[in-house]
Amino acid sequence: MAGVKLIEVKEEIMADNAKQAETIRVELHGEKTMLLNLMSSPGSGKTSLILRTMEGLKGSFNLGVIEADIDSTVDAEKVVAAGAPAVQLKTGGFCHLDATMVRQGLDALTEKNFDLIIIENVGNLVCPAEFDTGAHKNVMILSVPEGDDKPLKYPLMFSVCDLLLINKTDYLALSDFDINALRKRVLVLNPKIVILEISCKTGAGIDAWIDWLKKEIEDFKK
Amino acid sequence: MHEMPITESILNIVLKHAVMNKASKVMAVHLQIGRLSDLEDEWLQRYFDYLSKGTIAEGAKLEIERMPIVVRCDACSTSYEAQVDKIGNLVCPSCGAENGTLVSGREYYIKSMEVQ
Repeated sequence: MAGVKLIEVKEEIMADNAKQAETIRVELHGEKTMLLNLMSSPGSGKTSLILRTMEGLKGSFNLGVIEADIDSTVDAEKVVAAGAPAVQLKTGGFCHLDATMVRQGLDALTEKNFDLIIIENVGNLVCPAEFDTGAHKNVMILSVPEGDDKPLKYPLMFSVCDLLLINKTDYLALSDFDINALRKRVLVLNPKIVILEISCKTGAGIDAWIDWLKKEIEDFKK
Repeated sequence: MHEMPITESILNIVLKHAVMNKASKVMAVHLQIGRLSDLEDEWLQRYFDYLSKGTIAEGAKLEIERMPIVVRCDACSTSYEAQVDKIGNLVCPSCGAENGTLVSGREYYIKSMEVQ
């Protein structure tokens, strides 16, 4: 076509996010603060897990929380009421957090000297898996009512996580959820992932989660 | 939906380069997108059409080339290609080590564009 010319652009869209994420990781490593990105579907128990984690770490490690939701501040209010410093990010329609938003959350946490900061990502098994938040560890929750077929539908999420918590095991008796089938499906995607079964409601399995977390924090600080 | 922010970033970069090159119309944009992205070509085009309305990029065609997932072995530094469903289960074809670092596969790269 006459008059059409080709322009070289050579720009990477995600480059800024990757750079920002790495800066956060290095900076927090220097401060000996471990950043943990917690992901799951809506309603699988992220906030309940954070409340259980606050109890479990009390007296050993300082915990801060960055909450993210499309709207509302209910999650941060629950965490603050339970006694931990928390900030709420409203993503304004965004389905995930990126490193720039995490940076805003870190800046808004006025206290320092945290041993662990948990990011409660937006409830979603798709988009958060694609964006590097700068976290040192990625943890996801799958709850029993969601079904054991989720690794088949959302493989990337199961692939990027260091630990999978199967929550609401108190529902197992009422459900046809097959834990062995789930384990097999997840391990094909990610043989290195640690899988723990918990119930935030009854407290079953929470000790094993707290033990894993304490060991990770201790190793991180070495 | 992260199609929106990503498409918006693409459009902003396209418009910036169009202005720099004194273009009056953008005909096509050549993108390289890593296979780890779950964004569908068709949806990217639809979002682009929606966002670019009223700009000089309205009607531009997105030409998308999917880029392989490449991993470098942490043990022997061999680079190899991985499939999206095996990304959590890496095995180096050269030495068998299971730990690798992602070299590419996540990118959203704007290579070039055709303008008038």
